[in-house]
Amino acid sequence: MLPAWPKKLPPTYGNILRMGDTLTYAAHRTLLPGEALVKEYRHDDITSFPATGTTNPADVTKLPLSDTYRRFQGGNFADWRLSVEGRVASPRSFSLADLKRLPERTQITRHTCEEGWSAIGQWTGVPLSLVLNAAGILPTARFVVFHSFDDWVDSIDLLDALHPQTLLAYGMNGRDLPIPHGAPVRLRVERQLGYKSMKYLHRIVVTDEFEDGGDKGNIQHGWAWYVGI
Amino acid sequence: MPRLDVRQPASAIGAAGALGHARWVRLSHWIATASIFTLAFTGFVILMAHPRLYWGEAGNDLTPALLELPISRNYQHGGWDKRTPFFQDASSPISASRTYDIFNQNGWGRSLHFLAAWLLVIPGMIYLLAGVFSGHFRRHLWPGARDASPRLVWQEVLDHLRMRIRSATGGPQYGLLQKCAYCAVIFVALPLAALTGLTMSPAVTAAYPSLLGAFGGFQSARTIHFFTFVALLLFVIVHVVMVVKSGFRRQFRAMTFGE
Repeated sequence: MLPAWPKKLPPTYGNILRMGDTLTYAAHRTLLPGEALVKEYRHDDITSFPATGTTNPADVTKLPLSDTYRRFQGGNFADWRLSVEGRVASPRSFSLADLKRLPERTQITRHTCEEGWSAIGQWTGVPLSLVLNAAGILPTARFVVFHSFDDWVDSIDLLDALHPQTLLAYGMNGRDLPIPHGAPVRLRVERQLGYKSMKYLHRIVVTDEFEDGGDKGNIQHGWAWYVGI
Repeated sequence: MPRLDVRQPASAIGAAGALGHARWVRLSHWIATASIFTLAFTGFVILMAHPRLYWGEAGNDLTPALLELPISRNYQHGGWDKRTPFFQDASSPISASRTYDIFNQNGWGRSLHFLAAWLLVIPGMIYLLAGVFSGHFRRHLWPGARDASPRLVWQEVLDHLRMRIRSATGGPQYGLLQKCAYCAVIFVALPLAALTGLTMSPAVTAAYPSLLGAFGGFQSARTIHFFTFVALLLFVIVHVVMVVKSGFRRQFRAMTFGE
């Protein structure tokens, strides 16, 4: 199956670099089979894994949610909720226990950082598609926007959001997801670079239109939105 | 420039009907020049963010490197928090948090790299088709059987070592070593750079996992990509030296405005 040229492309803001990113995005969506799965590895292939970017939102004092995060962390994330809202029939929030009750998937994949390094890890979580379906995603929906405790906003299109290897991961290498790697729940978007796999999730918003996340998004900081490369 | 001992290979004399570079060859040459320079510059900026090379699928600051390049402040920065093993056994892979503010200009560096890559790949495809169907590759670039006599090859090597460079013809009447160098760039180095580049794309390798197999993994592809750049850099240096030695003004005019 060849997906069609995306009907609506992300904005380029007249920036030639963003135009190049958009060309790559459109080419991938047009030329690559939309359902292809990334390579999965054996348990023996698991490597050491650097934690970069925010490694504990509770320690970053300028973050508006650092106190909230510290409180959840103190209670071992029992009070943490992931809210799923926007263009869904029944907006709701999921506790960690709610997510763990949904069918789980475990995969050993390669995390590829824009910096140039890579690491192989095992991720356990619930496919994002199951969570979106549980909330009743509306037929006009086109993008899924993620909000994190370290105050980032990022989004992916539905083709990546509904991909079978796109997870809300709560486990890493057979244990609870460690704080430096995004506890309690991080995203795994395996067909894009590491920075799309947002850590420390607390809110998911389904939208009809593309949203760049303003100054909490990557684009306004000069980074590409689509990084399937 | 004095005209040196000219030993025209037979095929060049045979091709004398086509003097001067065709317009599409000139255009392709300068598009490729712009693209390759941008790719080389941004590629270096990208490498500065993580100046370590590996072999296999995975490699990072917590695993051993094949090669470390002292090209940015990130070189052996050592800014890592305590190491936490993932598993019980002594040889367990570990996690560590980075405490060091690394050099990273990959926001524009990567996007400009890929924009320049499009500028190489799309005109490059058209160039390859034109080269095949116009007969340009067969008549001007591909070393013919008559070029390949051991005596002629030896003579060419000696001439080059003594820097006895033929003066400019302003057109595609190339020597044997020159043909070999151009063919190596067009049919080996640039396609290899493009393919190893694509092998670093998680979306492309999801669709074509055989790319990972062909190059031995993501990090191997990255390492090969780097050494292909080194080879292309050497080519560009030699190319410019030869253009200067054979008459820069004539060569530059011929490749820009035609004869």
